[in-house]
Amino acid sequence: MEKTRPLWATPLQFVFACISYAVGLGNVWRFPYLCQMYGGGSFLVPYIIMLVVEGMPLLYLELAVGQRMRQGSIGAWRTVSPYLSGVGVASVVVSFFLCMYYNVVNAWAFWYLFHSFQDPLPWSVCPLNGNRTGYIEECEKASSTQYFWYRKTLNISPSIQESGAVQWEPALCLILAWLVVYLCILRGTESTGRVVYFTALLPYCVLIIYLVRGLTLHGATNGLAYMFTPKGSPMLSPLAFQMEQLANPKAWINAATQIFFSLGLGFGSLIAFASYNEPSNNCQKHAIIVSIINSSTSIFASIVTFSIYGFKATFNYESCLNKVILLLTNSFDLEDGFLTANNLEQVKDYLASAYPSKYSEVFPQIKNCSLETELETAVQGTGLAFIVYTEAIKNMEVSQLWSVLYFFMLLLLGIGSMLGNTAAILTPLTDSKVISSYLPKEAISGLVCLANCAIGMLFTMEAGSYWFDIFNDYAATLSLLLIVLAETVAVCYLYGLSRFESDLKAMTGRALNWYWKAMWGGVSPLLIISLFIFYLSDYISTGTLRYQAWDAAQGQLVTKDYPPHALAVIGLLVAASTMCIPLGALGTLITRRLKRGDTAPVA
Amino acid sequence: MLWLLFFLVTAIHADLCRPDAENAFKVRLSIRTALGDKAYAWDANEEYLFKAMVAFSMRKVPNRETTEISHVLLCNVTQRVSFWFVVTDPSRNHTLPAVEVQSAIRMNRNRINNAFFLNDQTLEFLRIPSTLAPPTDPSVPIWIIIFGVIFCIVLVATMLLIISGIRQHRRKNKGPSEMEDSEDKCENVITIENGIPCDPLDMKGGHINDAFVTEDERLTPL
Repeated sequence: MEKTRPLWATPLQFVFACISYAVGLGNVWRFPYLCQMYGGGSFLVPYIIMLVVEGMPLLYLELAVGQRMRQGSIGAWRTVSPYLSGVGVASVVVSFFLCMYYNVVNAWAFWYLFHSFQDPLPWSVCPLNGNRTGYIEECEKASSTQYFWYRKTLNISPSIQESGAVQWEPALCLILAWLVVYLCILRGTESTGRVVYFTALLPYCVLIIYLVRGLTLHGATNGLAYMFTPKGSPMLSPLAFQMEQLANPKAWINAATQIFFSLGLGFGSLIAFASYNEPSNNCQKHAIIVSIINSSTSIFASIVTFSIYGFKATFNYESCLNKVILLLTNSFDLEDGFLTANNLEQVKDYLASAYPSKYSEVFPQIKNCSLETELETAVQGTGLAFIVYTEAIKNMEVSQLWSVLYFFMLLLLGIGSMLGNTAAILTPLTDSKVISSYLPKEAISGLVCLANCAIGMLFTMEAGSYWFDIFNDYAATLSLLLIVLAETVAVCYLYGLSRFESDLKAMTGRALNWYWKAMWGGVSPLLIISLFIFYLSDYISTGTLRYQAWDAAQGQLVTKDYPPHALAVIGLLVAASTMCIPLGALGTLITRRLKRGDTAPVA
Repeated sequence: MLWLLFFLVTAIHADLCRPDAENAFKVRLSIRTALGDKAYAWDANEEYLFKAMVAFSMRKVPNRETTEISHVLLCNVTQRVSFWFVVTDPSRNHTLPAVEVQSAIRMNRNRINNAFFLNDQTLEFLRIPSTLAPPTDPSVPIWIIIFGVIFCIVLVATMLLIISGIRQHRRKNKGPSEMEDSEDKCENVITIENGIPCDPLDMKGGHINDAFVTEDERLTPL
């Protein structure tokens, strides 16, 4: 009896799986940063254009390939053309790298979640020093949230060379994170299909709650106004300024890159998910729905993020003002409560004229408080999620509740994406007859999770965060562009666009719109090539690669150069996946030549 | 004569209590910041209370149990509200060493703060660092408890799924083997076609293939 391929119970499960995979941490911590860099309102224009021109066609392509070939990435591309098995292998290698480092973020989210059940929140107060007369110096120089992240969570070392030991606390959280992922993928589509209902829907509940809370916070409007002004121009600039940003090529490139990576193209996860579809499934509709939902979530999340930014910046600005007021009140023995934010400037002028010598003594200590500088401390990545957000949360009322909600949402987003990442590795493995005849699917999943967990311990060492940044920046970027380029060219020119079109028509019963054909055949490959050229030129022009290291003595980040062995690892990461494509083609060529040599007729 | 004595005494007192005098401490209160609308005005009565609290703190030090309120001198009260104070010995000629005053105030800081409804930040003694409250450290960190709970739940759920998966696998393996037994039985009677169980075919006995039964009906009757 032949085993039938497992299917999604309903098409809704497939859509939710794609949504929970595509909507991940990048929507929350990368898009708001880009939005702010390129002037909020005006960034949306290139973003939406790229979505329609690049995101939707490529997403539809991957889903269609998966649904048609009904196999994981390796099998699917081998079916398209035997010389393309390398593309599938490259996808699996990239997914493997991604799985290794992505789950560490879930481990950190678990860590923060478990620490949210305390009063006061551990990152809201600095711990006391030895003789209990003050706070620990590192915490004083930096802030309590930075101290908790860099010292208590990561226990970060001063540079990437000093690896330090494996920290048992993050290691435990990593094991838990992998156990949770294993639990979700254990039974294949049966278990994944049920889990994605939660991982797709619950984050939206939390985001809506946060939207309401965020918009009602004091100072939220400052953040929102800031979101819609390009960097460097005056606040609430006229439309002309925003239009100027449209001419900035970097905005377009970053929009294209963000769409590309946000949808998770090229990893093989979308092909894996689509391979469990009924052949008659309308994947065109689903592709459009998923890409629109993904982008809307990004915009929605950035509104939430900016209202939180505004609150944090206003809070810090007001604390700064209060510190200045206290300083002046104490130095000049003014009446308590006399100085307020409103009359500060006038009183400063009066004091400067009335007591010039004393004022000049105090003057160096008076900080210039500015709301703009507070807002400009926008960051992306783990810094945003674990430092900026926690700083805002600790100042809210009932901060434990908000903290738990927030990290629970991060976990859902992260685990939802992990389901896709692991599916990209497991589907080709379970499709392969060799492996699945020896081991049941549960054992294969277990082995993959165990291997990733063991390698992931590297990221729990003291220098782990630096290695995480290396993987985050270099493991997937260039390789994915190449893989997707190869995919598009393969389907359009190797397999044949008309052949693929008739396949789709036979499968779904619908004719292929001219728009998709135009995009697949011409526009998208050109876009990807230009992105690739841009990335290469960017890497070459920056010279030596650098990273941000945490200096405990100063309490801030410093820039350092990567040592040679780190550069070697970067090169290896990029090479490991990109080389699979030509090596795969070469391998097939050689085996075919050998076979032809064997069956050559004897003269 | 009396006036002269009075001036002499105040002059000596003024000598003992000056800003930056030896063994003098500056105190700073931020009443409005702490209490807002409920702020009280700083007057002579509040100063008396302050002197009483300092005297009380000094009385707790061994050898200084005889400190009186009149031994505490205040001077240079500003609008801020801030002032300097010293504590003199019973002879009123010398001030008590700063170290003693410091430790006495540190011991009783909480009582002094509470008397004025203030805290360490709003009632500052410059040069007397306050002992910060130690964080309440439970014996087992809370996060480990929650971690343990969730870890156990996930582990149990995983085990359940794996075991039920193994059971299903065994049931599937038993199923085909049972079919193989019945096939062996049938082999003694009739041949098998593609593993189709024999029972439906065994109805009439002999080799009747139901697929061809209807062929007669396809031929039109003459």
